Amino acid sequence: MTVVKTRRFSPLLAVIAFGCLLIAGGAKAAVEVQRVVSPGGIEAWLVEEHTVPFLSMRFAFRGGAKLDPAGKEGLAELASGTLNEGAGDLDALAYQKAIDDNAIRLGFDAGMDEFGGTMETLTERRDKAFELLALALTDPTFDQGAVDRVRGQLLSGLERDTKNPNAVAQKLWQRTVFPNHPYGRPASGTIEGVTAITTDDLHQFVRDRLTRDALVIGVAGDVTAEELGELLDRAFGGLPESGPPFEVAEVAPAASGAVLIERMPQPQSVVVWGQRGVKRTDPDFYTAYVMNHILGGGGFSSRLTEEVREKRGLAYGVYSYLAPRDHAGLFLGGVATQNERVAESLEVIRAEYARLRDEGVSEQELADAKTYITGSFPLTLDSNAEIASRLVGMQITELGIDYLEHRNQLIENVTVEDIKRLAGDLIDPNSFTVVVVGDPVAIEPTAAR
Amino acid sequence: MTRRREPLFGGAGRPILTERLARALRTGERPDSPPIDWIVLMPFFRHFAPRELGLAIAGFLFAAFATPVSAEPGKTFGAETFTLDNGMQVVVISNHRAPVVHHAVWYRVGAADEPPGKSGIAHMLEHLMFKGTDTIAAGEFSKIVARNGGSDNAFTSQDYTGYFQNISADRLPLVMEMEADRMSNLEFSEQDFLTEREVVLEERRSRTDNRAQGQFSEQIGAAQYLSHPYGLPVIGWEHEIRGYTYDDSLNFYRRFYAPNNAILIVAGDITADALRPLAEDTYGRIPAAEVPPRIRPAEPPQLAARRVVMYDARVANPEWMRSYLAPSYRTDEDHQAVALDILSTILGNGPTSRLYQSLVVDRQIATSAGAYYSGGSYDDTRFVVYARPRPGVDLEALETAIDEELAKLIEEGVTEEELERAKFGIQSLAVYSRDNLSTLARIFGVALTSGATVEDIERWPDLVEAVTPDDVLAAARLVLVERQSVTGMLLPEEEEAS
Repeated sequence: MTVVKTRRFSPLLAVIAFGCLLIAGGAKAAVEVQRVVSPGGIEAWLVEEHTVPFLSMRFAFRGGAKLDPAGKEGLAELASGTLNEGAGDLDALAYQKAIDDNAIRLGFDAGMDEFGGTMETLTERRDKAFELLALALTDPTFDQGAVDRVRGQLLSGLERDTKNPNAVAQKLWQRTVFPNHPYGRPASGTIEGVTAITTDDLHQFVRDRLTRDALVIGVAGDVTAEELGELLDRAFGGLPESGPPFEVAEVAPAASGAVLIERMPQPQSVVVWGQRGVKRTDPDFYTAYVMNHILGGGGFSSRLTEEVREKRGLAYGVYSYLAPRDHAGLFLGGVATQNERVAESLEVIRAEYARLRDEGVSEQELADAKTYITGSFPLTLDSNAEIASRLVGMQITELGIDYLEHRNQLIENVTVEDIKRLAGDLIDPNSFTVVVVGDPVAIEPTAAR
Repeated sequence: MTRRREPLFGGAGRPILTERLARALRTGERPDSPPIDWIVLMPFFRHFAPRELGLAIAGFLFAAFATPVSAEPGKTFGAETFTLDNGMQVVVISNHRAPVVHHAVWYRVGAADEPPGKSGIAHMLEHLMFKGTDTIAAGEFSKIVARNGGSDNAFTSQDYTGYFQNISADRLPLVMEMEADRMSNLEFSEQDFLTEREVVLEERRSRTDNRAQGQFSEQIGAAQYLSHPYGLPVIGWEHEIRGYTYDDSLNFYRRFYAPNNAILIVAGDITADALRPLAEDTYGRIPAAEVPPRIRPAEPPQLAARRVVMYDARVANPEWMRSYLAPSYRTDEDHQAVALDILSTILGNGPTSRLYQSLVVDRQIATSAGAYYSGGSYDDTRFVVYARPRPGVDLEALETAIDEELAKLIEEGVTEEELERAKFGIQSLAVYSRDNLSTLARIFGVALTSGATVEDIERWPDLVEAVTPDDVLAAARLVLVERQSVTGMLLPEEEEAS
């Protein structure tokens, strides 16, 4: 077994040295990320934490719902709901009783770019937990009755989505900007797709997609590197080495400039908009990250909240965010406001994007954003669950095992000039695809530009 | 960063999804089968904060579902407590894993303490608490916290109002000073009041009026309580929100916000010895004030089962639920609350539960089914059973099947095997909940504002361990009584015509 240790110091100290005058002291936290390679060759990144007797593990297989075959939209989602419905010699009830009897927390999820899982277990039940996980990953039963039951639950959820303004807005937006790409389809599937999936499809999904070459693992908690090595082999050692290769085209969201309105009977309209953004691997990612924080990512410190909520009382929530996908960068936003004030809200919001594009940000705004983004970083690493998830994200996006050490420096490096340049190049309120779901007044749908 | 799950439109603005996901992760249930009126039981946050909401749910559940276990009896969390000279209680939960703290002030006042006709004013005031003091300008509070690398939020429930910051441990004196400042020096303008009232109306639309389920839950809650103010929504009725005046908010503040009506809870990289002088120097300087006793209108005997049937065009699948009046940890007479926590787990928590196995797996008449109980409330609370039918199954047939399961339970009780599984699950929360400072603090906040002591919380695992099958049976027979219940049906509008 190979164990490479990388000592990491929390950047809080550095933050404070770089920060504004309000910051006067500092604290240091050591989070040591270890690269663990099991005897069988399974790699995981580990942060040991022995104060509480449990561990959190997050794992992900690259791929995800974007690989759902045409006509079988929802395959990854249905797999995520049925892997734990019986495995090996255990039927669904026996399997779930084993999970519950041992207070194991196990769940799978289908994202657009990854198929993921999360497991938490008490130290005293650790062996059982990894054994049950192995069964689910390598020998799921996919009993027809259980699959049909879970399918029924998914279909019920998809039907409810048709009346849920948030879901309607999200799906319509995706469909509009990605008309000819898997990203245009909902990760949760479609009614037709979920209906068409067979148990053979599920077995093939497991064979093709749950493979070692697509797997990344993050663990935090009460386990040593040596112990983890054995557990990794137990859970993941039986997976096939690789599956059929896949290729997904790079894509940019259509810059339609259209306003689409979906009429639904409700007092408040749900509005979402978006345009192209930057991918996680883009050299401008950190500039975009800080820029977005100032515009609409920073809650009460953001310009959108100030203008829309604090000054005008137009909404409870308004926000923007970067959504970097494997094959596309997105820069998205949303607001919910009473039907009578949708037009006014959109006008205020578009004006804020235009102001950012034309004027950039001030030195003070940048300094405040940096202080928050860097200073709050350790707060996001305070639990096993968060750390395990972060370790997986770092591997998926190939940030390097020492990322936590220099992440704050990457934020500190951003300048007002960088933001001015990127905002000028990137932001284009006229290109927004806007979806309004509700019964808005004084706003008409427009065709794509 | 990759989160546990990252929908395309993830991030702020999807609190419902986050709740479902949190529940799904916890129980192994599908994310599409949440209890119908979860939101009603959740505290209302000042702004969208999915992460905190998720944690809040964990903490809430923990307190609601009862609390748990450790090797050392009576020392589950190792909390320390002391009281300042002005009567303010302080709780410290040391955890030195990272140089950060969760700092919170919980007021023993919530929606159920509001004057008649002003429903939601506790929540409105919670929003206004960010509008400044004589030394901090409107809107600056959160910005100062952010400029110090911290994040903040606030929440309101029927029984409490809380304010918190997560921040580097060396910033603790700063946030204590600011929080103490707004405990006694709140100042806001008429214009800020009016603007915030609009924000609260939008919040109500998002949470309640844009969702048939939100309105349905509100109607069930109102039908459950004949006299007690728990029947009113935490966020307030829309017409009453519109009627708030500037003075209504300020009067509520003056009446209830005082150190002797508040609890300071700090979790993280701090000790009681280090915190005490800081607390004395900030909150300790605020004089105690007279606070009205916490006496709400009591429920009369509930003699008639109620039915709430709502039709709405926004309903895709019908929903069924039944809510029973139930004692809380404070109001029970013989430890029924802890037995009800176990009962709700056996009856309706996750895929191994009785309701799921019977209705979803065996009879195949429901897509989801479950039960929950929120015992961490000051006055009598609710025990809720819910289900969603499979297409083609009518709600009457579903109800008949549920009634059969409940009757069987009341007749035969639960098995030792079921009891042991439920106990271990509940007790495991004592370990899992220690993963997060906010969760830890919330366990204490919920319990302390609903009448528990720190010792009660630390000893809760013993209480869970002591429950017998007979205790569960007795609690079931006490609570699952039809005349104390509301049965709700939410149906698509087109069915009304037929």
